[in-house]
Amino acid sequence: MAETGRLRRAAVAAPALSPVTLLRLAIILTVLAVWELLSHSGWLYRDVVPSLLAIGHALTSLFTSGDYYFNLGVTAAEIGAALAIGGLSGLAVGIVLGANRFLSKAFESYIYYLGPTPKIIFFPIMIMWFGVGPESKVALGTLSCFFPVALSVAAGMHQIDRVLIRVGNSFRANSWQMVTKIYLPAMRHPIINGIRLGLGVALIGTLLAETKLSNKGIGFLIINAYSVFDMPRMYANLIVLFVLAIGANALVGRFGGLHSIKRL
Amino acid sequence: MTATAPARRARPGNFAAATVGLGALAAFLLAVEILIQIGVVNRFIVPPPSEIIGSFGRVIVEEHVFSRFLLTLTECLTAGVMLTVFGVAGGVLMHRFKLLQQACETWVAAMASAPIVLMYPLFLVIFGRNAWTIIMMGFFAALPPVILKTIEGIAGTRKVLVNVGRSFNLNATQQFWKILFPAALPTIFVGLRLGLIFALINIVGVEFLINFGGLGQLINELAERYDLAGTYAAICFVILVSIVFFMALEKAERWLRPVD
Repeated sequence: MAETGRLRRAAVAAPALSPVTLLRLAIILTVLAVWELLSHSGWLYRDVVPSLLAIGHALTSLFTSGDYYFNLGVTAAEIGAALAIGGLSGLAVGIVLGANRFLSKAFESYIYYLGPTPKIIFFPIMIMWFGVGPESKVALGTLSCFFPVALSVAAGMHQIDRVLIRVGNSFRANSWQMVTKIYLPAMRHPIINGIRLGLGVALIGTLLAETKLSNKGIGFLIINAYSVFDMPRMYANLIVLFVLAIGANALVGRFGGLHSIKRL
Repeated sequence: MTATAPARRARPGNFAAATVGLGALAAFLLAVEILIQIGVVNRFIVPPPSEIIGSFGRVIVEEHVFSRFLLTLTECLTAGVMLTVFGVAGGVLMHRFKLLQQACETWVAAMASAPIVLMYPLFLVIFGRNAWTIIMMGFFAALPPVILKTIEGIAGTRKVLVNVGRSFNLNATQQFWKILFPAALPTIFVGLRLGLIFALINIVGVEFLINFGGLGQLINELAERYDLAGTYAAICFVILVSIVFFMALEKAERWLRPVD
């Protein structure tokens, strides 16, 4: 009875909007109000902070334009290809390094230290090797994606319960069976985490390459809007891109059962 | 960033593995050199490694690499100071006001996964084509991990330490400076290390993209001049600088956190 009473009181006391939601709404409204004020104040160069209405119009025209979906498709295809090539090669290298202690000692430190270097500086080389088309963007995305996946998988391999590996060995599993029946199922979380990190950096690598040299893709649209100083269109592109990137990251996290969006 | 640093204790096995690693690298470079010399690989796409090594001295002397390095380092350190001040302060503020933390922590985590560096055209418009665009880009891209790690560090302070502070009747300020902050310092430094790495990556990247500043611009200029050997040498130089930077940060972190 006491429990029921407490529950009833809690149900009655619970406000329609929690304080957290109220604070979030207050912050969002304040930011929007300050933004609108700034856009009309004339304190900044014209259009550096365009009005919300102008950004809204730009967003609408973005969504109603077939050209935008074509460019979105190009970028998505480039990122997908980069993720597939970089992810699979990272997975293979991670498994090889994780399964062999000697190879791990010989080569893992190279990957560990090369991993966090700025990948965009390799873009001139990628242009030389793969041309100015989408291939060089895919290559840069692949290069960016490879390292976090390989490192995450190698670290995941080191953490696999030895008992599981012994079980596989005692069943005389061959290398392929060991990979598919033992390693991959036991490393679901490190792999998904690696893919999540890989997706983030592949997206950045591909889009940065598009802003540097391309004639299609979302990166091209952003830099094109900048070069003609169409700020509302640039903001609209950035907003959609951020929503898509954060959404994709959260989706991969949820898919793999990772509850945080990003824990560094 | 999820992997731990490979073990570095000097054992005979480790020495053999390191030798194999270096040997494989040398063998790869030799194979590339031979393939280029016999004409299998086009030297106008991939310059011979010997030519790249030979152009190191030229690039260092003629392209003023030292002053460029100092410029990039200054940009990175400025972003680092801003990260320390605003990132740590932001984390402390969010920990102090729980409601603010509950409202904004998810947003900060989401920003950590957002491609902030793609806002560089926007920063170009706001700050102009100068060092501040590069610094601010590095700062904003690296801010989320510093804030998140500061919150994590303070929230992870052991209960017994907090109770010691309470038993001494410390007020909120004393409790923060004498108990919470020193206990959180190692975790805060992890955030700062990650932040500085992100800052360096973004700073060099934006320098390359907007063709302004230090080492990133050097690569762009050499590539635009089609100085292939110089471009490769400059890329190798930037990678070396990055690796030395990461190693120095790791060493500093180990010094700060002698026991895990």
